[in-house]
Amino acid sequence: METKEKLLEIKNLKQYFNAGKPNEVKAIDGVSFDIYKGETLGLVGESGCGKSTTGRTIIRLYDATDGEVIFKGENVHGKKSKKELMKFNRSMQMIFQDPYASLNPKMMVSDVIAEGIDIHGLAKNKKDRMERVYQLLETVGLNREHANRYPHEFSGGQRQRIGIARALAVQPEFIIADEPISALDVSIQAQVVNLLKQLQREKGLTYLFIAHDLSMVKYISDRIGVMYFGKLVELAPADELYANPMHPYTKSLLSAIPLPDPDFERTRKRHSYDPASHKYSADEDVRMREVNPGHFVYCSEKEYQQLKAASKS
Amino acid sequence: MKNILEVKDLHISFHTFAGEVQAIRGVNFELKKGETLAIVGESGSGKSVTTKAIMRLLPPGNSEIKQGEILFDGKDLAKLNDRQMQKVRGKDISMIFQDPMTSLNPTMTVGKQIMEPLIKHQNMSQSAAKERVIQLLKLVGIPNPDQRFKQYPHQFSGGMRQRVVIAIALACNPKVLIADEPTTALDVTIQAQILELMKDLQKKIDTSIIFITHDLGVVANVADRVAVMYGGKIVEIGTVDEIFYNPQHPYTWGLISSMPSLDAKDEELYAIPGTPPNLLNPPKGDAFAPRNEYAMQIDLEEQPPMFKVSDTHFAATWLLHPDAPKVEPPAAVLKRMKQFNRAKK
Repeated sequence: METKEKLLEIKNLKQYFNAGKPNEVKAIDGVSFDIYKGETLGLVGESGCGKSTTGRTIIRLYDATDGEVIFKGENVHGKKSKKELMKFNRSMQMIFQDPYASLNPKMMVSDVIAEGIDIHGLAKNKKDRMERVYQLLETVGLNREHANRYPHEFSGGQRQRIGIARALAVQPEFIIADEPISALDVSIQAQVVNLLKQLQREKGLTYLFIAHDLSMVKYISDRIGVMYFGKLVELAPADELYANPMHPYTKSLLSAIPLPDPDFERTRKRHSYDPASHKYSADEDVRMREVNPGHFVYCSEKEYQQLKAASKS
Repeated sequence: MKNILEVKDLHISFHTFAGEVQAIRGVNFELKKGETLAIVGESGSGKSVTTKAIMRLLPPGNSEIKQGEILFDGKDLAKLNDRQMQKVRGKDISMIFQDPMTSLNPTMTVGKQIMEPLIKHQNMSQSAAKERVIQLLKLVGIPNPDQRFKQYPHQFSGGMRQRVVIAIALACNPKVLIADEPTTALDVTIQAQILELMKDLQKKIDTSIIFITHDLGVVANVADRVAVMYGGKIVEIGTVDEIFYNPQHPYTWGLISSMPSLDAKDEELYAIPGTPPNLLNPPKGDAFAPRNEYAMQIDLEEQPPMFKVSDTHFAATWLLHPDAPKVEPPAAVLKRMKQFNRAKK
């Protein structure tokens, strides 16, 4: 791990909506993690736990309430000149959940994809621009005839491919994929996941993959973070997290995923999670602690000692 | 076991501006007493249309049951008029919809909504109905039923709303419960609770359930038997073990191998190429043939009949014809088949 280059550092990120008002929502409440170059970090949790907000705050769709997002050594948030913003926007892109809502229905596919190319002035002339669009379409498994069509002429899986082509158009290093497959059919999900993996191999992309389908997340991610009510409760390499979940919420989440295996389902035991079970006292220092190398758990000092003892035996 | 519902050679078309869409093209199945039949398939395969036809909830203007029977209790539901159907709907057969956010009336208290079927179908008095509703709310695991009775849907969370929808569906102890993706809009932890609740209730009141979903994990969890739909037809039907451990249809193979197993990592996921057929002009032969790497010449020319694999297991693929060449199913499926054969021994 140490030899790997940190692409993104998120430090104590906070995002409060309606801050200071009675209806304040702490959507993200002090989340810290790093993303290494070339890896896929999966972020899972139930709806409303703040996983999408985390992605959107990282890419500056929201202004963070507090904390830092450091991308290649530079703080992303805070005052920025237009030029700096442009540079940053080029290196970080997003793929959205709903391919039916995220493409402008009035724009031709070529314009949807080339919007970033136009904004950043990447194409030398009209011919070059179209050449780039054609190439992008082919990269994501569509063909050049599709460039002159409108989004409504495509199926969900094809639209998501267009969304991916748009994200790739400005040659980013880092892509936030916010539930890119949950709106798609099972047979199409595999197509899109394979495409994302292939692009990562070819272009050395780094992904933050947000999802609630845990088996897909395990398949695509190198490391997985589990969020619960605005906090990161566990962060570990994907295999380690599944083999050896430590936080009781992770255990309950993993025990709830139905697997396509009837024999397994007949003997499934489900754990439920009660946040009150920790019985943290007010002065206890609860934070992320590294129990095994690379395996972080949100716990108190006492729990840490217990987990540590349990993992040794 | 007794068949409670039989669907025979059902054909349904929608009349659109573009022409006639043949959404259902000859569906046959039966539902036995007390069992759960899962119907799986991708969007547009006709699973929701089939069940909406059973409930007679298809839009009257542009849809048409072209031929076929839906036999329930000796009656053909396809031939009932609106009035007669109202006596069945909500009483003998009821339905749970996908989205609990939109299937409840936002302007009515939850209690009133659950009372509706009781008053309509069982001529209960207001006070008796109220008592029964409180019981039902307890049954589906909603705490403080007395207070909850007076609240509106927006005061409930997604999982709690789905419990209310289930309470409405179960109010008259229906013989058949149709659940159309009842957990798709919910989180995994809530989904697990709702599935447990449904299984529990099924044991208590002995209903038969038709469970529509595209999540094979959920199928493995709830189903006794599974029907796989593709292009408006059932392409394979069998017990849950037969479908998961001994699948015969290439489409079922594709579905099963496109799910990542928890121990697979670096191997590429199997993806079914292409997209589902357009039922405006359904293909002449097997609808799956253009996406099927095992397709033979005959698949393009003639639709395969249902071949019998075992007494409970049928599949519509020419590969099962005695003259068909032996083919090797994908690796993920082979692994499951081996497991199945071992278990049988």
